[in-house]
Amino acid sequence: MTKLPFKLLCVTSRLRAFASKLLVLAVVLVSGLALAGESRVAKPAVIIEKADSQCVAPPEEMRRNHMEMLKHQRDKTLRLGQRGAKVSLNGCIECHASKKTGSVLGSGENFCQGCHAYAAVHLDCWDCHQPKAHTKATPAPAAAGAKP
Amino acid sequence: MSETSSSRRRFVGASVAGLGIAVAPGIHLIAAQGPAEPAGASNAKRWGLLVDASKCASGCDACVKACATENGINETVADARQGSQWIRKIDLQDKRTGRQLSLPMMCQHCANPPCVDVCPTGASMKRADGIVLVDRHVCIGCRYCMMACPYKARSFVHQPLTEQNPEVPRGLGCVESCTFCVQRVDRGQTPACVEACPEGAMVFGDLKDPNSAISRRLAQVATTQVRADLGLDTGVRYQGL
Ligand code: HEC
Ligand code: HEC
Ligand code: HEC
Repeated sequence: MTKLPFKLLCVTSRLRAFASKLLVLAVVLVSGLALAGESRVAKPAVIIEKADSQCVAPPEEMRRNHMEMLKHQRDKTLRLGQRGAKVSLNGCIECHASKKTGSVLGSGENFCQGCHAYAAVHLDCWDCHQPKAHTKATPAPAAAGAKP
Repeated sequence: MSETSSSRRRFVGASVAGLGIAVAPGIHLIAAQGPAEPAGASNAKRWGLLVDASKCASGCDACVKACATENGINETVADARQGSQWIRKIDLQDKRTGRQLSLPMMCQHCANPPCVDVCPTGASMKRADGIVLVDRHVCIGCRYCMMACPYKARSFVHQPLTEQNPEVPRGLGCVESCTFCVQRVDRGQTPACVEACPEGAMVFGDLKDPNSAISRRLAQVATTQVRADLGLDTGVRYQGL
């Protein structure tokens, strides 16, 4: 082995020290990750409120295909005016709204939220669609939008 | 036989009958034939509205209130100019004679709607039965249609909403306008404004049916399309302008 110049020797020993620090850091990180793994988002609680009723399709089909069903149905209802179809967003809400809060949203225990939070799916449907079942239209206050 | 296995057999039977081939639960190579689809809007009809302006009282806004209640237009807006107006009351005066007139103005449900022509996404649309709607699943909120409408009939929602009527979804970032209360019409009812008018000044019905109340009135009395010069063939007609 050729003799290393003094300067280079210093660099290698410093590198070695750095590497060991890196190793410590990596160990800390990995164990941190493992800890975080234990406190990941809890498995969704799928609570069926009307267990005596029948969903619009068998549960395994619903789990996979409910989003496709809804997307097809909204065009049929809105653009073609087909009412009374088996699939309907308001229908889902009537059956799946929580008995406690009356809504399909609110917390991980609410039907349309728990699963989606777990799967990191964000729906914009609720910008417009009322997530609460049996909501009655409220009359306009005096200062409402519809004013001449 | 247990309850579950018999219902399961029925399900399997149904999917075989419908030529459904299931690879795994929920995944089909050939979609099972579902039950017949409900009938939709048909072009055998054209919905129209006749407003008798001679009966319409200045200062009465029963139609506007009924519209707001039915369609859940109940938000308070910071700037009144941004409030949603599906229907509004207009007072007019002939400057030469002093004759005064009051009338409700809303989407005229044109047969040739300019809002549909200008829409870049296909959200602005006309149903087969003539009802002009915004498909808010497709609306990007560009507001070209608001510019194109000669009747100023459309509004834009400027704020998040939470108190919607479940039958009338509406929300931030989309354009909206009178739908002839499509959710009521599809159930065989008339629009909320028509039902609420204390003077009975509005008649709603099928323009293509010669025996409907609206067609019979149109055959008897002189009626006007607002800005008929534009050739839009409006579904809303006025009497006594
Ligand atoms: C910007 C507003 C808006 C948003 C966002 C929106 N919708 Fe709608 N949706 C409407 C309107 C308006 C109707 C028409 C209601 C009617 O005429 O009955 C409708 C109707 C529907 C219908 C048919 C009516 C029913 O109850 O079945 C379905 C299904 C539907 N939407 C699904 C969805 C889904 C799924 C999403 C989210 C991916 C969504 N919508 C997001 C406005 C919206
Ligand atoms: C008539 C009441 C009813 C309607 C309407 C309904 N569901 Fe269901 N849904 C149920 C019942 C009951 C179950 C439980 C079925 C089972 O486990 O056998 C269920 C199960 C489900 C499941 C599976 C949950 C799981 O993981 O176990 C999903 C997803 C679902 N429904 C979504 C929907 C959607 C989306 C709609 C609207 C298109 C809808 N449902 C309409 C009653 C209904
Ligand atoms: C069993 C769990 C589960 C339940 C319960 C559930 N969803 Fe979903 N949903 C999912 C998953 C997972 C996805 C994403 C699928 C994907 O992206 O491929 C999804 C996606 C969707 C989408 C499409 C979103 C997009 O942007 O493409 C809609 C719409 C939707 N769900 C509506 C509903 C409604 C309404 C309910 C309540 C009636 C509901 N879901 C209940 C699991 C669930």
